[in-house]
Amino acid sequence: MDNTELLRFTTAGSVDDGKSTLIGRLLYDTKLIMEDQLEALQRSSDITGDGQINLANLTDGLRAEREQGITIDVAYRYFATPKRKFIVADTPGHVQYTRNMVTGASTANLAIILVDARQGVIQQTRRHAYIASLLRIPHVVICINKMDLVAYSEDIFNQIREDFVNFAAGLGIRDLTFIPISALHGDNIVDKSENLPWYFGPPLLRHLEDVYIGNDRNLQDARFPVQYVIRPYKDEFHDFRGFAGQIAGGFFRKGDPVTILPSGKTSTITQIHTHDGELDEAFAPMSVTLQIADDIDISRGDMIVKRDNIPHVAQEFEAMVCWMVDEPMRKGGKYGIKLGTRSARAMPMDILHRINIDTLEPETGVTGLALNEIGRVKFKTTVPMIFDPYNRNRYTGGFILIDEATNITVGAGMICEPKRIVPGTEDTAEFII
Amino acid sequence: MKSHTLSHLDVLEAESIQIMREVAAEFERPVLLFSGGKDSICMLRIAEKAFRPARFPFPLMHIDTGHNFPELIDFRDKRAAELGEKLIVRTVEDALAKGIARQTPGETSRNRLQTPTLLAAIEEFKFDCALGGARRDEEKARAKERVFSFRDAFGQWDPKNQRPELWNLYNGRINPGEHMRVFPLSNWTELDIWQYIDRENLEIPSIYFSHEREVIRRDGQWLPVSDLLPKKPGEASHHLHVRVRTIGDISCTGCVESTATTVADIITEIAAAKVTERGSRADDKRSETAMEDRKREGYF
Repeated sequence: MDNTELLRFTTAGSVDDGKSTLIGRLLYDTKLIMEDQLEALQRSSDITGDGQINLANLTDGLRAEREQGITIDVAYRYFATPKRKFIVADTPGHVQYTRNMVTGASTANLAIILVDARQGVIQQTRRHAYIASLLRIPHVVICINKMDLVAYSEDIFNQIREDFVNFAAGLGIRDLTFIPISALHGDNIVDKSENLPWYFGPPLLRHLEDVYIGNDRNLQDARFPVQYVIRPYKDEFHDFRGFAGQIAGGFFRKGDPVTILPSGKTSTITQIHTHDGELDEAFAPMSVTLQIADDIDISRGDMIVKRDNIPHVAQEFEAMVCWMVDEPMRKGGKYGIKLGTRSARAMPMDILHRINIDTLEPETGVTGLALNEIGRVKFKTTVPMIFDPYNRNRYTGGFILIDEATNITVGAGMICEPKRIVPGTEDTAEFII
Repeated sequence: MKSHTLSHLDVLEAESIQIMREVAAEFERPVLLFSGGKDSICMLRIAEKAFRPARFPFPLMHIDTGHNFPELIDFRDKRAAELGEKLIVRTVEDALAKGIARQTPGETSRNRLQTPTLLAAIEEFKFDCALGGARRDEEKARAKERVFSFRDAFGQWDPKNQRPELWNLYNGRINPGEHMRVFPLSNWTELDIWQYIDRENLEIPSIYFSHEREVIRRDGQWLPVSDLLPKKPGEASHHLHVRVRTIGDISCTGCVESTATTVADIITEIAAAKVTERGSRADDKRSETAMEDRKREGYF
């Protein structure tokens, strides 16, 4: 059990697609619903009077949600099989809650997008797939749900799959899987369903257990954002000055030649310290403490990288931004920015386009981004930021924006690949991400 | 070539260390809440991994209900001394005497009274961040709480107005008088905690292991007989081999029948358990939203 892997996934679907029922079903069928939870569910079903145990009540935790029968925020659920531990970010499907799906998607290895077999691919489906691709979720599973209500029809499943593939071709989703299910009846959730003999793939749970996630991290580019400096001030550790942090990408080994950014000074790793002893090698996402050979001024927000593989250091960059509060993002406004361990102030200089969330087409000529809108924004920051394009590494390319008056997190950004100017050509490569 | 995969415990540990270091870096006066219970024992080990060989950048604090299992208090003091870290204790008893906390007539459990006591201690020491060992798998309201959970000047949690949390980026900005509750173990489950205790060989209070105790049956639970919870006239008590799964006020902490004498036994028992950990807490059974309501007021 100690060597089980951890898989984080998120679920998305529109209001009645049965997300909560699906998660309830996974918990129920993997025997993770406990007697007291079942008892509580029975109590609440007695109150609503329909006498049916509602699996959705397992995840809809807050009073307002029960009263309105909706999910208002990201809820995290946990279950395990002998093969893997799972963390589920259950996010609501309403139009106004794009921000919650973005939040749940940011750490996910995999997204489950629910499609109602009776409705097929609708605008909501497109929106969810777009967000999954924007957040670079490595694996996407389209669960075509309520197959029982379309007589378990293979033709309908194939049609929906074709529709989805046609529209998703431009999204750059790395790994796409389709599974016909009925969450309510448990078809193809844990066990292969006899009602779907034409489907030869694995049931959902087996896919979740087996999908290969070893490549989901970036293990190519060594990145160590310095989080905290450890100085013991004790006689026996007189010379100890350790740079604590979580490795955001790649490997570090004792003896590696490193560059410290943004200063550009160079040194060598002398020790990879942990409370459990020294290591010869450490890799993402381990939390360790590095010591280096030279007495260089290094503080929180700096980044230690290998000398032969340097990220971008710049005060201007473009990013896809999802706006998360009622008050719109304004061109020329000033916001706090946190990127890795580095905090500064940022100003949106220009909004290059906004994504029409229904057509997924870029719209130009906009001056702001409203709640739940997504757009490509050019930023300038007060100090140089250290980053990789988000599509290279989520943890060195993602940032949050903070309103400096209210302290609220107002936006999430994903840095775009800086455009390459090819001599003699017009740079017109406008792509969604 | 060796494989570069990490086990789920390694990943959870790395995440929790990162969260604690964010607290150390972004707050002026943090505190770590330590009760001597199993989750806070894991918190101390994570803190060692995050900050040694330096001292912790925060003191430990216990909000003592006065209704304790005595074994727990001994353990709490011993552990803090072993680590050489400062321990602050603030008691509900004292808060009642000062009028900071008020008892509702007929209320026997002091879990609710921890809230005003905690808020008064936060104000007394001007703490701007309190690290706690709560986990999202414990309860439905917790499942929706952020890792960095903002509290206004009244210590209140507003579930409908939480800051979005993306990647491993936490927004720790607050104004004076407000504070943050931070839960580094948010993504751990009860089983993860026990597997970690086993892996790290952590010492835990004896009441987590099977022992013989006089208990009474109330509302489907075995509650320990004590001065605070005497038998009612005519009520029969039993001497059973029990252990506790979660520790609160002694008057509302249910015991489970158990023969588990080692951590490995406990892991086996939990993996096969049919009720959740909080199922043994009478204070959570009052209503569907008991925890949500207490949290809104500032409870952990």
